[in-house]
Amino acid sequence: MKLGKLFERLVQLLPVLLGVSAIVFIMMTLTPGDPVDIMLGDQHVTEEQEQALRKDMGLDLPPLERFVKFIGNAATGNFGLSFYHRQPVMEVIASRLPATIELSLAALVFALALSIPLGVIAAVKKNSLLDRLATVSSLFGVSLPGFWFGILLLMLFAVHLNVLPVSGRAGFSSEVPPITYLLLIDTLLHGRFDAFGDALAHIVLPAVTLGLPMASILMRVTRASMLEVLEQDYITFAEAKGLSRYKILVKHALKNALIPTVTVAAIETGSLLGGNMVVETVFGWPGLGRLVVESIFVRNYPLIQAAVLIYAVTYVMLNFFADILYTVLNPRVRL
Amino acid sequence: MTDAVSRTELDLAGLRTESLFARNMRLFATSRLSLVSAGVVLAFILMALAAPLFAPHDPNETDLFRRLQPPAWMPGGEWAYLLGCDALGRDILSRIIYGARVSIFIGAAVILVATTIGTLAGLAAGYLRGWTDIVISRLVDILLGFPYLIFAIALIAMTGPGLGNIILALAYKEWVIPCRVVRGETLAAREIEYVEAARAMGGSRRYIMLREILPNILSPVVVVSTVRMAHVIILEASLSFLGLGVQPPTASWGSMVADGRSFMLDAWWVSTFPGLAILLLVLSINVVSQGLRDAFDPKFHD
Repeated sequence: MKLGKLFERLVQLLPVLLGVSAIVFIMMTLTPGDPVDIMLGDQHVTEEQEQALRKDMGLDLPPLERFVKFIGNAATGNFGLSFYHRQPVMEVIASRLPATIELSLAALVFALALSIPLGVIAAVKKNSLLDRLATVSSLFGVSLPGFWFGILLLMLFAVHLNVLPVSGRAGFSSEVPPITYLLLIDTLLHGRFDAFGDALAHIVLPAVTLGLPMASILMRVTRASMLEVLEQDYITFAEAKGLSRYKILVKHALKNALIPTVTVAAIETGSLLGGNMVVETVFGWPGLGRLVVESIFVRNYPLIQAAVLIYAVTYVMLNFFADILYTVLNPRVRL
Repeated sequence: MTDAVSRTELDLAGLRTESLFARNMRLFATSRLSLVSAGVVLAFILMALAAPLFAPHDPNETDLFRRLQPPAWMPGGEWAYLLGCDALGRDILSRIIYGARVSIFIGAAVILVATTIGTLAGLAAGYLRGWTDIVISRLVDILLGFPYLIFAIALIAMTGPGLGNIILALAYKEWVIPCRVVRGETLAAREIEYVEAARAMGGSRRYIMLREILPNILSPVVVVSTVRMAHVIILEASLSFLGLGVQPPTASWGSMVADGRSFMLDAWWVSTFPGLAILLLVLSINVVSQGLRDAFDPKFHD
């Protein structure tokens, strides 16, 4: 892909990002109730203090100026104070973000590890019992309500069999000084294998719950694209050359068949963001999704707005990278 | 047999006239799985409409003597309370039957609003092109930039929970999906002869969009709405689960699952059955939509 084209794509992103910010801004403006009143809650302040706060928040400016200020603040990560936590919103969000990223990555790894082998086998053994089983399971996978499936897993593995923990990210004894802020990696870097095991035990059920719908979709994509690739001339040629079945599948077919899988995986990683609110709530996972849900009940609006904007920007960027990735992997697509 | 042969011959000769829709529905009906699933969906709709007839008890009637009573087949259960009772002694089966109303009504309302708006917007964008297309397509791009549940949650955080607000919160983003489909189909359709013919005969833009193009692109719209209906039902249940859906004491499947979370240890049935109802309904809708897709569009075949 040429650098110029890449730049062009990047420029095309700007109106979308601007529009996303505008919608978040409009939501914020249309929120019923005076933001200053909501922030102050039951605190008693003088009229002057209230006016000062209003001015400080830029609420005395005309809407367009306020929007420009909002964009400027957002770009520098200044989302104001979370009155509930008595900390800047950005600090609160930053403290919760690694847990969400770690959970999303774990779900992604699970989904890929499950879907690619299953998809390939289903394609190679098309119309076999295994293929049909995989297809039916994938239909179940997209129809399962995540919150319910999570509770079922908890009842089975945490309550009934008592082999996995019920909630949280890790026990107290598993805390290690942060390096990457991703617990699974940090514990390994510190050589704390006991803590790694603990973190792994905590993340298994939420990651499976979050990753299952994605695995179902990726399985179908892999199966379909593998079927298509297996019909290509170069595969027939490889067979004619007398290459082993394994070699043909892994070295020739899989490489091309995985292009759609990888692209869809990148797009679906964005949809994991939406799912993690529910999954984090079920498993008491201390991430951003749960923070947002908690914030709704205490009307912590600045935090909700910042989080929505961060989610949306991440989502747009992920889709952008999925697009780029597809062109990089597939030289036949010219932009 | 002669009848069957002559029919096929007529088909081959293109003499027998059968509307496209009828042919598609006939194709759909050849799959037994699709028919069974359609039956399940219809049963759920019937159950929702006539909930008072089917429900053995008042869904909100509490009876503390029946607190967390197990299902009928377990020790301590009784057949009058087939699926057991929740923490307030309410009959779970009756609440599931009434809960179907919430899920199906919200699902249908959101899809109806979104499909109507999305179809009109998509027709306008695809047929009129120009600024209409630019404005609608940019709006679609921007709305696609939000993860679905987060967008809905943010809206409900602002407007408060409640039936109307949930429908609006979901429809605000949902219309984008039929809109994209319809826009694409319209772009393709406007180059086909029948549209050109209608233009040549002096048909107005509105006439061409609504009377010529719309009937010809209905199949993909129907297929997309069914898939999306399944999706919306899960979203509504997720919102209810988070406490942002229809408010208590109204029974909704998502909040019933949430209620059961506190009793995982000793009353598994409180969460399990309402979730099973969601799974069954959503799965059936998904199978139906796959059947419709296979019947309506041969190019979707694997």
